[in-house]
Amino acid sequence: MTSALELNRWVSEALSAIESAGDMEALKSARITHVGDKSPVALASRGLGALTSEERAAAGKLIGEAKTKIAAVIAERTSILEAERDARVLLEEVVDISLPTRRTPRGGLHPLTLLRNEICDYFIAQGYGVAEGPELEAEWLNFDALNMPPDHPARSMQDTFFIEPLESKLVLRTHTSPVQIRTMLENEPPIYVICPGRTFRADELDATHTPVFSQVEGLVVDRGITMAHLKGTLDQFARRMFGDEAITRLRPSFFPFTEPSAEVDVFFNDRWIEWGGCGMVNPRVLAACGVDTEIFSGFAFGMGLERTLMVRHDLSDMRDIVEGDIRFTQHFGVSL
Amino acid sequence: MRVPLSWVREFAAIPESISPEEISDALVRVGFEVEAIERQGQNLSGPVVVGQVLTIEELTGHKKPIRWVELNCGDLETRFVICGATNFKVGDFIVAALPGAVLPDNFVISQRETYGKVSNGMICSSRELGTGQDHDGILVLPQDAAEPGTDAISLLEINDVVFEVAVNPDRGYALSIRGIGREAAASLGVKFTDPINQVEAKNYSEGEDAVDVFIDDPTAASVIFLRSLAEFQATRPTPLWMKRRIEKCGMRSISLAVDVTNYVMLELGQPLHAFDSSAIKGSIHIQRAGANTSLTTFDGQARTLNSDDLVVADDEGPLALAGTMGGKSSEISEGTHSIAIEAARFDPTSVSRNARRHKLFSEASKRFERGVDSSLAEIASARAVQLLVDLGGAKHIGTRSAGQPRYAPVVSIDPHYVATLTGADISLAMVEEKLLIVGCDVEKIDPRNWNIDPPSWRHDLLQAADFVEEVARMVGYQAIPSLLPPHPVSPGLTSQQQRRRKVALLLADKGLAEVQTYPFVSAAVLKAMGYAGERAATFRIANPMSEDAPLLRPHLIPGLIGAALKNLSRGSRNFGIFEIGSIFKDVEKLVSAQSPATASRPAEAEISAIYASVPNQPIHVGGLLIGQVEIEDWHSKGRAYDWSDSVAFVEEILEMSHLKWDIKPANFAPWHPGRCAEFLVSGKVVAHAGELHPRVCEAMGIPARTCAFVVNMSSLPESSVVKGTLLGTMPVAVQDIALIVDKNIPAQAVEAALREGAGELLESIQLFDRYDQLGDGKVSLAFSLTFRAPDRTLTNAEVSVMRENAAEKAFKQTGAEVRA
Repeated sequence: MTSALELNRWVSEALSAIESAGDMEALKSARITHVGDKSPVALASRGLGALTSEERAAAGKLIGEAKTKIAAVIAERTSILEAERDARVLLEEVVDISLPTRRTPRGGLHPLTLLRNEICDYFIAQGYGVAEGPELEAEWLNFDALNMPPDHPARSMQDTFFIEPLESKLVLRTHTSPVQIRTMLENEPPIYVICPGRTFRADELDATHTPVFSQVEGLVVDRGITMAHLKGTLDQFARRMFGDEAITRLRPSFFPFTEPSAEVDVFFNDRWIEWGGCGMVNPRVLAACGVDTEIFSGFAFGMGLERTLMVRHDLSDMRDIVEGDIRFTQHFGVSL
Repeated sequence: MRVPLSWVREFAAIPESISPEEISDALVRVGFEVEAIERQGQNLSGPVVVGQVLTIEELTGHKKPIRWVELNCGDLETRFVICGATNFKVGDFIVAALPGAVLPDNFVISQRETYGKVSNGMICSSRELGTGQDHDGILVLPQDAAEPGTDAISLLEINDVVFEVAVNPDRGYALSIRGIGREAAASLGVKFTDPINQVEAKNYSEGEDAVDVFIDDPTAASVIFLRSLAEFQATRPTPLWMKRRIEKCGMRSISLAVDVTNYVMLELGQPLHAFDSSAIKGSIHIQRAGANTSLTTFDGQARTLNSDDLVVADDEGPLALAGTMGGKSSEISEGTHSIAIEAARFDPTSVSRNARRHKLFSEASKRFERGVDSSLAEIASARAVQLLVDLGGAKHIGTRSAGQPRYAPVVSIDPHYVATLTGADISLAMVEEKLLIVGCDVEKIDPRNWNIDPPSWRHDLLQAADFVEEVARMVGYQAIPSLLPPHPVSPGLTSQQQRRRKVALLLADKGLAEVQTYPFVSAAVLKAMGYAGERAATFRIANPMSEDAPLLRPHLIPGLIGAALKNLSRGSRNFGIFEIGSIFKDVEKLVSAQSPATASRPAEAEISAIYASVPNQPIHVGGLLIGQVEIEDWHSKGRAYDWSDSVAFVEEILEMSHLKWDIKPANFAPWHPGRCAEFLVSGKVVAHAGELHPRVCEAMGIPARTCAFVVNMSSLPESSVVKGTLLGTMPVAVQDIALIVDKNIPAQAVEAALREGAGELLESIQLFDRYDQLGDGKVSLAFSLTFRAPDRTLTNAEVSVMRENAAEKAFKQTGAEVRA
């Protein structure tokens, strides 16, 4: 029968072999030698059957304690050796994470698109719809219906692109206002829309002008609409565009399609910026669209997207906006 | 309009304590934009005095004429100066800057030695004094303008402020000192004295020998006055004060008669014309030019007149293009003794057409187009007579007139409308006060009904809203509160708008940069792109920015190529760009619509006709792919964009929109005839993609193998609501199959047949190999088929049957044979 003394010796031999195992390989052979099937402990365990039940209980307990002790030490040694191995192997796998990565080339939306989306989203949240119309437009919708009859001096204010033959009465729209007319012809008030889009005037391209530009106009026709509502709408819009400190100023002006009319200026970066035009929709325009002026009144406003973009983002040259240089788009990415 | 402050002060009692900036702000408040405030004489200091030329010695032997001039500048001794100008003679009065003077641009005058003489000052030109642009010679003053030695700075009223005021087209009256003076006075709350009060128009009788005047066409003018003068001394100089005011307003002094007409126009706003009446045959007629007439204008140009041109004629023919430019034959000359002064209220539209037809935009036409105060024809012509009598020694011999002034009608308004429309708290008393200030007469019938009679100079006050603006601007727009309108429920973006945004974001996410190009293109480019027939049919701009690109784009690719060229020229080599925009095709039978009246909503048929006159303008998205999609770098050799990348962009757009499509090879400009895919959705062509035609790349100067895609967004059907799908959880069974098929059979057809034959349990199919070196015009296609049943694990036997069924269908539909 295995004596307690023997058992202790086996355990201490096993422990020292395990403790001294320098790698997983050595640990494995120590485990086989000291707790494997042919190890003294295993043999002793098998020899228990020959004992009386009292002796068996006592010896079994001793052997069980010895096995538990050895197993614990093996587990401890395993985790130490694994950690050492990992540290060695992972060190060999170190990469230079600063190397350039495989990235999709940088794309982006044109800043005018981004600004347009931002404005549309803002007005949608205010309850407006987004109305659009054709760029090649009927003269009647671009001028006549907006209180600009054929010889109105305002028609010569804008250098319009006319389409051949002139009898076609088609023009490249000079503003997005014909969309307002279409909206009023097609819908009953109340009307709350903004009309973003490309517009055309025969200006030479330079640092501040372009013959093809973008506008966003707003139109509200409802009961009891006053100039105070126009002012409030512009004030809030200006703050959304230029920050909470932005102040607006309305200056009396002239547009055939509004009465009273005003220019709207914004105080931004310590100076007054001419931002756009606005006014109460001229009753003549409402009448031409069949809106009952006894019941409804309305306001309209319009500004240039290029100008807004240039002022807000400190751009100095219109040409960068229109030339299609990808670096301009890439610089802004998908948000302004 | 250039407005000298000194002149405005004559009518508006603006105290000296009010600064030019405050005056400018006051004008801006009532709707007159001040574009510039010019301070004349600010950088000029004396001594600058009047001198008289005593002797002139021409110095010879120099490259240009040089004069040694003796001047009397009021000193005890005469003074000698060197002068390079020659436009003066002994006895003339000139302006001399003496040592110590500083002229604009910090030009310090000192005694200096030059051309071997000691010059003791300088004789000045207008430009050197900063009073005008004239630098052809020195400024010669009218004889006896002032004693030698007189301070020229005050004599010439050099110290002044000139406002550059932008006048809106509805306010013709403000193209005058009278008009601006009234507005400035009203805005500042100071007294205004109307200059017409000092004119005694009734003093001039009809007379016997005066030239007669007739308005032959009543649509041409409402009223005309013609005042005849005799014994005019044409060579008398224009007095300095008048000359200076004309110059400050940006016009040139020409001769006394012309200067007087211009002066009165600037002062009152009524353009006048002075005829040498000896050139008038019979009477003056306001009429249309009629057929086959011509006229040589002041500028010496012989003009063929349009039969509709508005002219001032005598019994024999046109003398002047009415309200636009006078004729050469009746021009005032130095020999003129008899003058006829014409003042009319011409029809604005007619003058506007005159000016546009002949491209003659004069000071007169500018005012007539915007509408002139009808009462001024009589008054302004009388004012001119007064000046010509006083300054030119003329004698009034008679006045004739025709027509009657026409004024805007009385309008009845509810004065409460001012507060209703502005949303501002404006009392009825305030409404009345402000209407009176702008010159209206107010007759109060009852508190809800006032009759407003607009002043003679306002033709734009025709409806209640017009009076609201007058009151509101006089009260000040700052009095209007800031409120938000009631918030309705937004319909949000339309599905088309949402889809456009998603497509743009998708493409940006895939590395493409959005551009926005001009939609203008040339016929040569359309030809180089290979567009022909309907593909090239587009609209031509009658007045394009450049004759190089007078057409509207019928396709997005030319504009994208233009943008690509710009980027290539700036050093970019590998990039993808896209644009979303309208294209224009002249392929519908359009009927130009009548322009209905706008007093009320036109009939529905008229509106429909206008809508139908506008061509359909579909929105396309187009992309151009150049160079490498994977850039050659430290971990790869890179990969160039190829035709399949452009096809993939279209697939992704269609897939994102939840649309099913068919793909077919196509021969479609500007693509490579063998490398172009056509996409059909519900049988309709919606997109093309592939590699560009090599000849297009070459002709346009872009790299070979450039790829492109275009999707007609407007032709895509609405996406239906996406239904959920069963997510299978049973194991998959994968079967590979290799097929040999004719090269010209599209892989998609083979795939479709396999899909159909494999049955419902086929989950996905993937082409994992393609081998085209078999010869015999055959190609090997290897597909991997993945099967899954919703409720059980598939057996090998089941899957084999499905694979065989798939192969059989592929054979039947495409002739594909299973590769041994």
